[in-house]
Amino acid sequence: MTAPKAQDGPQDTGRQALVELDDVAKYYGNIKALEGVSLEVHAGEISCVLGDNGAGKSTLIKIIAGLHRHDAGRFLIDGEETTLANPRDALDRGIATVYQDLAVVPLMPVWRNFFLGSEPTTGAGPFKRLDVKLMRETTRSALLRMGIDLRDVDQPIGTLSGGERQCVAIARAVHFGAKVLVLDEPTAALGVKQSGVVLKYIAAARDAGLGVVLITHNPHHAYLVGDRFVLLKRGVMAGSHTKESVTLDELTRQMAGGSELEELSHELERAPAPGSGDSV
Amino acid sequence: MTAGPGSSAVVDERLLRTSPLRKLLGRPELGSVVGALAVFLFFAIVADSFLRATSFGTVLYAASTIGIMAAPVALLMIGGEFDLSAGVMVTSSALVSSMFSYQMTANVWVGVFVSLLVTLAFGAFNGFMLTRTKLPSFIITLGTFLMLTGMNLGFTKLISGSVSTKTIGNMEGFPSARKLFASYWTIGGVELKVTLLWWAGLVAVATWILLRTRFGNWIFAVGGGADAARAVGVPVVRTKIGLYLGVAFSAWVSGQHLLFSYDVVQSGEGVGNELIYIIAAVIGGCLITGGYGSAIGSAVGAFIFGMTSKGIVYAEWNPDWFKFFLGAMLLLATLLNAWVRKRAEATK
Repeated sequence: MTAPKAQDGPQDTGRQALVELDDVAKYYGNIKALEGVSLEVHAGEISCVLGDNGAGKSTLIKIIAGLHRHDAGRFLIDGEETTLANPRDALDRGIATVYQDLAVVPLMPVWRNFFLGSEPTTGAGPFKRLDVKLMRETTRSALLRMGIDLRDVDQPIGTLSGGERQCVAIARAVHFGAKVLVLDEPTAALGVKQSGVVLKYIAAARDAGLGVVLITHNPHHAYLVGDRFVLLKRGVMAGSHTKESVTLDELTRQMAGGSELEELSHELERAPAPGSGDSV
Repeated sequence: MTAGPGSSAVVDERLLRTSPLRKLLGRPELGSVVGALAVFLFFAIVADSFLRATSFGTVLYAASTIGIMAAPVALLMIGGEFDLSAGVMVTSSALVSSMFSYQMTANVWVGVFVSLLVTLAFGAFNGFMLTRTKLPSFIITLGTFLMLTGMNLGFTKLISGSVSTKTIGNMEGFPSARKLFASYWTIGGVELKVTLLWWAGLVAVATWILLRTRFGNWIFAVGGGADAARAVGVPVVRTKIGLYLGVAFSAWVSGQHLLFSYDVVQSGEGVGNELIYIIAAVIGGCLITGGYGSAIGSAVGAFIFGMTSKGIVYAEWNPDWFKFFLGAMLLLATLLNAWVRKRAEATK
């Protein structure tokens, strides 16, 4: 668990991480959801968190997003130890999270979704109102800047494809000046082509200088864009690499459960054997 | 929204596909407006006296008493919640101002003000219980509904010694309060009640809030996806409590109208009205699951209610049939709304 520092290349000497988790743990009652996890997020880099179902990825994301508080370890933002009170707090500190299935409110128009929670107003007193014109135009131009060309920002966002919805959510985070973008399985429910589109926007966000945390169970997608990789397994860190220190094959092997796979094949071999009666 | 200056003046050619008809089909009120026209034509044909101006005044009055409550109930439903206590809360509000004024021999206005605070407290109770316990609003407000029903009867009997309050018609402040809550004008032989102004005002304010304020954006969001809303920093708890306070405010207005229309209040009134408010909101295009609907739609729904309840009388039918018509209307409107919405989304 103390290894990752040593594994990190010389590239981050003297550079301040935007967000750093150090030996963080989270317990739900007597259940260890996460223990001894360390992660660094730097500006203009993509840190990937890989893990199977139940590995603790969502718990990790909830800690970074301010939905849950960590129970042990240190959580640093710009080198300063901190505990986030709620998602608003995280947003105010420049951490924007895009969730796989709840990134947007489907029945609301794109422009209302784009500004949800940070709506600009005009006028004063009882006539203080949404700046609808600004909202519509900004939505359109902000999406265009990310290369998303919507025909109508008035359509309910639920009518967009899954990939487009993710892209709108990413564009929203970039527009609102997020420093750190946390993406929860952005490509999980998408086809190959749409995944490619989303990965392109993730790279665009990185090039815009954001630090990106990409949570995924797909090592191929992660390796395409990632700079660092953290592997989670059953709530603990099973590996931490930089792009130079690991190959795609190695990452895939570890991700697919390496030793666990060998064990499984071993078990599968043994299954048809005429064992004792209690196995029936 | 059509006049986009600068760069957006170059209209995307794909935008041309959005026909005005499609835009219209996308409005939540559409189904209810079609329904209102159908109901109007129906009664215009079967009931001779329905088209008289005086009848229109009566219909509008019936619509306004429901519409005042239907507007905040619609907002609440867009926010994804119910309020089954809204009907009896109206009665509670009337009882509080009447009995407080009488027992304290205070100026009627003092009772009216105390009633406002008490009614808002009922709304706050609903909101806090909902957001604290995270139980469905159906259960929470069903509990409030039963408790208020019991309290209305229990306290009234305890304090006044009968099921109705004592008359406050000769007390100080009564005439001016009646002017605000229960006066009427006669214009061209048509009696127009002040509730029409309250109704129009509340619908206008509700529409403004819903479509043009941050709070309105949050209402749609907490109803359409509370988790997503919370994740982007929308104060979900505050929004829901605010919606219940809105219902309580309207219950206060309705309650004062109830009191000042006469000068006594029957403590058993109001039971069943909560469903009529919900029906008006649903006919007006509110989704039962939240996240979609309009305040203007609720007004059209209330208008349909007014036309049906009075139209049956003008057609000289047995008023027992009213509930049947209301039920049929609800089913038809909901089906129509679902169909319209599906079409609007399918033609994308």
